[in-house]
Amino acid sequence: MDVSKILAIAISMIFINNFILSKFLGLCPFLGVSKETKPAVSMGLAVIFVMTCSSIITWALYRFILLPFHIEYLRTITFILVIAAFVQLIEMVIRKYSMPLYRALGIYLPLITTNCAVLGVTILNVDNFFVAGKAIKGSFFYSSFQAFFAGVGFLLALFLMSGIRERLQLLDIPEHAKGIPIAFVIASLMSLSFMGFMGFKF
Amino acid sequence: MKRLIKECVKGITKENPTFGLILGLCPTLAVSTSVINAVGMGLAATFVLICSNTIISALRHVIPDRIRLPAYIVVVATFVTICEMLMKAYAPALNVALGIFVPLIVVNCIILARAEAFASKNPVLPSFFDGLGMGIGFTLALTLIALVRELLGTGSVAGFTLAVHAEPITMMILSPGALLTLGILIALSNMIKSAFAARKTKP
Amino acid sequence: MPMKNNILLSSSPHLHTAESVRNIMWAVGLSLLPAGIAGVYLFGMSAFWILTAGVISALATEAAIQGLTRKKISLCDGSAFLTGLLLAYNLPPDIPLWLPVLGSFFAVAIGKQIFGGLGQNIFNPALVGRVFLMASWPKYMTTFTKPLAYDAITQATPLALLKEHKLIEHISYLDLFLGKRGGCIGEVCIAALLAGALFLLVKGYISWHIPFSYILTVGLLTYVFGPNGIAGGDWLFHILSGGLILGAFFMATDYVTSPLTHKGQLIFGTGCGLITAVIRLWGGYPEGVSYAILIMNAATPIIDRYTKNRIYGT
Repeated sequence: MDVSKILAIAISMIFINNFILSKFLGLCPFLGVSKETKPAVSMGLAVIFVMTCSSIITWALYRFILLPFHIEYLRTITFILVIAAFVQLIEMVIRKYSMPLYRALGIYLPLITTNCAVLGVTILNVDNFFVAGKAIKGSFFYSSFQAFFAGVGFLLALFLMSGIRERLQLLDIPEHAKGIPIAFVIASLMSLSFMGFMGFKF
Repeated sequence: MKRLIKECVKGITKENPTFGLILGLCPTLAVSTSVINAVGMGLAATFVLICSNTIISALRHVIPDRIRLPAYIVVVATFVTICEMLMKAYAPALNVALGIFVPLIVVNCIILARAEAFASKNPVLPSFFDGLGMGIGFTLALTLIALVRELLGTGSVAGFTLAVHAEPITMMILSPGALLTLGILIALSNMIKSAFAARKTKP
Repeated sequence: MPMKNNILLSSSPHLHTAESVRNIMWAVGLSLLPAGIAGVYLFGMSAFWILTAGVISALATEAAIQGLTRKKISLCDGSAFLTGLLLAYNLPPDIPLWLPVLGSFFAVAIGKQIFGGLGQNIFNPALVGRVFLMASWPKYMTTFTKPLAYDAITQATPLALLKEHKLIEHISYLDLFLGKRGGCIGEVCIAALLAGALFLLVKGYISWHIPFSYILTVGLLTYVFGPNGIAGGDWLFHILSGGLILGAFFMATDYVTSPLTHKGQLIFGTGCGLITAVIRLWGGYPEGVSYAILIMNAATPIIDRYTKNRIYGT
């Protein structure tokens, strides 16, 4: 397990290949939840949690069931079912043990299921860390960290956007650009700024 | 028949998934770097949309309400897998170009939204046309965005190079260009929509 | 009996200075003049035309957009002029003129007007224009010429040489300070920039918090993470190179896009310094000032929220 590789993954997932600003995965919640900071941060934390855990489960699923039985083409169906089931389970557990947490996070969990980002990162793990049908060395750790940092990148973009959008309400934006268009322009400029981290070598 | 045509057309104009309903954005931005990829993705999504709308509508009285979301996902995932396999066999270059976004059609907001909002509440034939209309609308929107990006970003479209000798704007084919193009096009479509609405209410 | 009313009632504040947006903008423009003159002296007339093209395009774009949206045309407030000038200062000295024209257009239209105009933008418009040009035509934006040569011999900037681990010969600290090196028009002559910055500091148009924290952070990090292990990095070289002085004193301090409180400004400056140093030390680009400032611009609303002064009574 290479520490510098993990750092490179971190910088890549948070800045250069940011899930929202570069890969465009998870845009629907990004636009929907980024109007205020509190829900934005809650959503971001929930996403980090779901992404990391789903990643671990789907990695094991791919490594120990799909690959050995040569049914890789069932990847899409099984991954999404695993994610959906996991989110449902988490929702039930949170609801039982912590009502305040459920009230804070609860409504976002179903949104996360159909979120491109979670399915995206599980498929990305398989594409990146499995070569020619075999897991590369350290694949499990790289996959988990990739998912974790992808979530962190998601949270960062959401957090910054929510601060900006709260300020937008006070501005005099042209009529037709209000709401969604200006959000995209801001995302575009944020994406441009994050490009500064390209070519990162540790 | 007229009603069916109306269900179809609304997906192209008034309730266009990209410019009107603001759905299915993830593939829209990622795949619109080239017109060929855009059309390919649009057709794939249309195929899945029509099939899943039809099946879900046919099964709408059978699926229990509590598990309808996982049920829809299973139906959609099945068709996506079929689509994936067909693409790998007959259009491998397109499959590689679209990459991760072929399996991600499963969580394409458009398909699940239409399943929930329309197919689960309407008979089979209207659902078929709704899927068709939404799919065509999505493909057209995607192609428009790709046209802008590819033309400005590389100076050529689908192999046809522009005669004018100008430096292409590389940013357009990168992520910021995608977001900017979509933002500006949505603003323009808002402008067009309000112009139409103003004309309708004029005495 | 009617009484002549000699009492004049008005509400606070009662002190009045000659300050206005216009005056501040033109003061900043004045402070930037020495750097521009130095740039033209070092790089020749092509630099002058780039500055002119940038400014005219910015003014034209602002007038056009304000005219089309039926707003008052406010070219005299100097902000479009400043945007165009600062963008041009951030450009290499021998590029085709359509680059500053398009850059200024983008800077004013997307960096400023679409947010509602003066005082409403989130990102520094000049830097928005610069990163747009950088992402779209990287080849042009990374070709620099030799100073005092006047016949366009290309020469890599000191930071570019550092990034490629090439030996930096014939450049002394004095050369860096006076601007005898490859670089962007307005960023090379540190002496001229510092003169202008001193004027702004003394007059109170900018405060020391952002430049101080920015430059200190860059110096510290480039010293600690030297090329041969911990400590021993050439921090003076880093401070005098690239766009740091121009950025720290004239771009990061823009009122609209930086935090309101002094505490927030210190955080802002430190963040800029951190990102700049990280990009310079380990990133793919040799210079990170533009990106650092833009990323911190995005974080400014959040910084403001968490460093807001508590209103008495709440």
